[in-house]
Amino acid sequence: MPSETSRLAVRKTYKLYVGGAFPRSESGRSYPVYSAKGTWMANAVLASRKDVRDAVAAARKAFPGWAGRTAYNRGQILYRIAEMLEGRRDQFATEVAEAEGLDRAAALAVVDASVDRWVWYAGWADKIAQVLGNANPVAGPYFNLSTPEPTGVVGVVAPAESSLLGLVSVMAPVIVTGNTAVLLASEERPLPAVTFAEVLATSDLPGGVVNLLTGRVSELLPWLASHFDVNAIDLTGVTDPELAAEAERAAAENLKRVVRPPQGPVDWSADPGLERMTAFVETKTVWHPKGM
Amino acid sequence: MTFEYAPAPESTSIVDIRPSYGLFIDGEFRDSIDGDTIKTINPATEEVLSEVVAAGPRDVAAAVEAARRAYQTVWGTMPGTERAKYLYRIARIIQERSRELAVLETIDNGKPIRESRDVDLPLVAAHFFYYAGWADKLSYAGFGPHPRPLGVAAQVIPWNFPLLMLAWKIAPALACGNTVVLKPAETTPLTALVFAEICQQADLPPGVVNIITGAGETGRHLVEHPDVDKIAFTGSTEVGRQIARAAAGTRKRLTLELGGKAANIVFDDAPLDQAVEGIVNGIFFNQGHVCCAGSRLLVQESIHDELLTALKRRISLLRLGDPLDKNTDIGAINSAAQLERIRALSEIGELEGAERWSAPCPLPDRGFWFPPTVFTGVSQAHRIAREEIFGPVLSVLTFRTPEEAVAKANNTPYGLSAGIWTEKGSRILWMADRLRAGVVWANTFNKFDPSSPFGGYKESGYGREGGRHGLEAYLAV
Amino acid sequence: MRKLAGMTATTPLPAVADLVNMPEAWRTLLHGLPSVDQVGAEQRAAMLATRSIKTTSKAWALDLAIRMVDLTTLEGADTPGKVRALCAKARRPDPTDPHCPQVAAVCVYPSMVSTAAAYLAGTGIKVASVATAFPSGQAPLEVKLADTRAAVAAGADEIDMVIDRGAFLAGRYSEVFDQIAAVKQACGNAHLKVILETGELATLDNVRRASWLAMVAGADFIKTSTGKVQPAATLPVTLVMLEAVRDFRERTGRQVGVKPAGGIRTAKDALRYLVLVNETAGPDWLDPAWFRFGASSLLNDLLMQRAKLATGHYSGHDYVTLD
Repeated sequence: MPSETSRLAVRKTYKLYVGGAFPRSESGRSYPVYSAKGTWMANAVLASRKDVRDAVAAARKAFPGWAGRTAYNRGQILYRIAEMLEGRRDQFATEVAEAEGLDRAAALAVVDASVDRWVWYAGWADKIAQVLGNANPVAGPYFNLSTPEPTGVVGVVAPAESSLLGLVSVMAPVIVTGNTAVLLASEERPLPAVTFAEVLATSDLPGGVVNLLTGRVSELLPWLASHFDVNAIDLTGVTDPELAAEAERAAAENLKRVVRPPQGPVDWSADPGLERMTAFVETKTVWHPKGM
Repeated sequence: MTFEYAPAPESTSIVDIRPSYGLFIDGEFRDSIDGDTIKTINPATEEVLSEVVAAGPRDVAAAVEAARRAYQTVWGTMPGTERAKYLYRIARIIQERSRELAVLETIDNGKPIRESRDVDLPLVAAHFFYYAGWADKLSYAGFGPHPRPLGVAAQVIPWNFPLLMLAWKIAPALACGNTVVLKPAETTPLTALVFAEICQQADLPPGVVNIITGAGETGRHLVEHPDVDKIAFTGSTEVGRQIARAAAGTRKRLTLELGGKAANIVFDDAPLDQAVEGIVNGIFFNQGHVCCAGSRLLVQESIHDELLTALKRRISLLRLGDPLDKNTDIGAINSAAQLERIRALSEIGELEGAERWSAPCPLPDRGFWFPPTVFTGVSQAHRIAREEIFGPVLSVLTFRTPEEAVAKANNTPYGLSAGIWTEKGSRILWMADRLRAGVVWANTFNKFDPSSPFGGYKESGYGREGGRHGLEAYLAV
Repeated sequence: MRKLAGMTATTPLPAVADLVNMPEAWRTLLHGLPSVDQVGAEQRAAMLATRSIKTTSKAWALDLAIRMVDLTTLEGADTPGKVRALCAKARRPDPTDPHCPQVAAVCVYPSMVSTAAAYLAGTGIKVASVATAFPSGQAPLEVKLADTRAAVAAGADEIDMVIDRGAFLAGRYSEVFDQIAAVKQACGNAHLKVILETGELATLDNVRRASWLAMVAGADFIKTSTGKVQPAATLPVTLVMLEAVRDFRERTGRQVGVKPAGGIRTAKDALRYLVLVNETAGPDWLDPAWFRFGASSLLNDLLMQRAKLATGHYSGHDYVTLD
């Protein structure tokens, strides 16, 4: 990058984000990441199956606490993420522009849409139960109430092409309802995701709620999909149909909930709807007699 | 040994009260066109705090006009995502300035700082935060795919929770795309005027929120203004009736949150220590200036004596005095007029033969004060069991069976809230089915949350505030 | 009651005395106590924790709290040297201030009682000893009684026993009662503090029941915790125990003390407990004879806050003694 002065820039080491900390891979491996124009950007961590294992353990540990927070509190924290992201608007515009080959205006629009996406999901924290839940008029002297509850630990393959907006669009709906997540960042464009982890780390989000790995999806996904302590898996970012089918078969072993890869390109700027939230909640119905 | 807590007054240096205030119209503070002035006082000291305008009809018209213009040119057409962000800003600024607002609320209203700090202000911020989230999700709220705002909302609020009632009114109205003209109560206008400043800090477009101060006459001009699409009123049932009459024959939408005479029903299997806390909180929270206060204690006869002993012991511990003292439980009565009403009804209670007991707490020399008071031997025929006292006065009645408890609880023209204390879950639900009240608390009382709808049956009014249901009052559905 | 329902008309009716002696009798009594709503109890405790104690009342309360401390060491690594140092600290918590009060007691294992008694003789500071197979209580009754007698013989003024939580949770209330009563007898003139280990009892209903069981069995004090189990003392648990001693005195005329132990580390915590005492059991309990803190690091924080009040600036860890 040309510099106006002769000062040598201090570069950032891109690491994983697991359990609220930024470790390197236990494997000690890395892989080169190139910009959309083909210039070398950085060495990203090439995570291993053991990093998957650690990330799932961190997500499981964080789950009861996060699910047990009040919905209001989760909403506040998601909104805080939006605030922190807005504060780094320029930095993300630069990283997204380089990763995705966008001009500055287009990159800024992506960042702005990403901020707004967090604002949209922040509001859902204490409303989703009001839209999905309800009192059921059963024919008998019973109180009967259905409410959505988080599924648990969700593995997510982030979209390959949309390095920030796509990432937050699959991350926010998982955690807003109280799930915890292990995300595989875009393999070719992982740097905005790692920088985004810095936003999470400064947003009062408890460590372990979101765990972010970089590396080869083909290497990591089978371990994530077959992990028995993972309750659901989102294959949105899987571009190889055979790999996705294999993951879905592995997921069947402990009956993980599965979101299949989209058919055709996704417009990440569109209204997200509810489906990414409803995919990762369980409906619980409580019965209780009524009598004096 | 006695553990006397030394005075622990909250600092007032955080608030800056101006000697006088104008009206907040079209984004700026303006002098009145045709209004008078009224003084607002600190009810704990009777000191004059500031002078505010009693807005006249032309002031009201200017405010409605500004609201109409803002509705047509900016707010009614703005995407929900952008409205949401304004409301989030307001929520955040309220959080940032919460201590200042709490102190000011306590000075102007007389409520203990512990309550304004720990109850009012957190709920105010939460209410804006909650409705901010709805602004871009209205099509999911269950009122059709494309719900539209109503237009200009005229909102008149009471003095018991000045800023909280403002939040209950303004947050859903703005989230749905309406603009508002809000009139705070004449005895508690100051936090609403700081809220006007907060709208400025949030860069809210001019005219979206207009705050006009004044008394009943100003409120009448406002709700009767022909260019108002929606009236939201919280206050007495009598004024609510007048507004409903005045709105008859117009196209104005109306929601009313009025008085109450709630029954707090305690069964013999109740968690007694917590029931005592709930009874105390139910009637002495905010000096009993609460429309949903548990002012009728219905106690199962088999535990009457035991419960009353525990209750009086607990009430004797309440600390009455300087509302700014962090250890004060019971603050000042909001106004001389309200104190007079509480005294008058209490005297009637004695005359009608109920037994009066008041906590043995000394009352300050200046300001408006009334000790926590319990009437026992009350029956449904007593006026203190029928009329809303709106003060720290509890009427105790007894019952023998669940049916009798329900019958007595419902035997009132009001129907705002009710409380049930029992360890038996099925009885809670059986009772809740039969109680004709908009909110039923079981093993708790006076709990509020922005996500939970609030409002009454019968003469306690109509419409709900809070929750998804609270959107309906501000949407053309 | 279930037994009665199953009886036929030909079965002779049991006498009242038989009913009272049925194993279910304790269950009937303890479960007949008013239940505790956890949310409500926690809210009450949290509200009282907002009380603001300033200036003169703070100075008074800090000194009272120091006088209520059972300065404790209960480690496998305890030695006579460690206990001696603790006793010195108990006598003169702040060597720079002759007006600083001494603590209520020093609390040690039975093997350290004679050491502590020797160093505290004539000071008025009590020697408290844990006993009855502390902290688990998982030993035969004879062992527990021998443990108790040994501690008393060595000079303990106060015995901190643990209840058999396993028996309590299994509903064998009469067994727990009998053990407490037996230990009480073994104590002789020593005061008996009964540790409920509320962290293992889990519910506030259990805390209330265990409190009553211990009081009826003869406890002079009821104590929250051993300090070896988390959570140890909490405000809601102590609130429920203070309600229990209040109600027990109202019904029986006998006053029982309360000792929260474990996890109380700061002066602010201690003041919150004193407020809880003041507004629950009442001022009669605001005395080292009726309320104690089982603690080790609390004392130094009380001393630092005391110094802050006296000097007007915050003290530091290098200005209080470490023993």
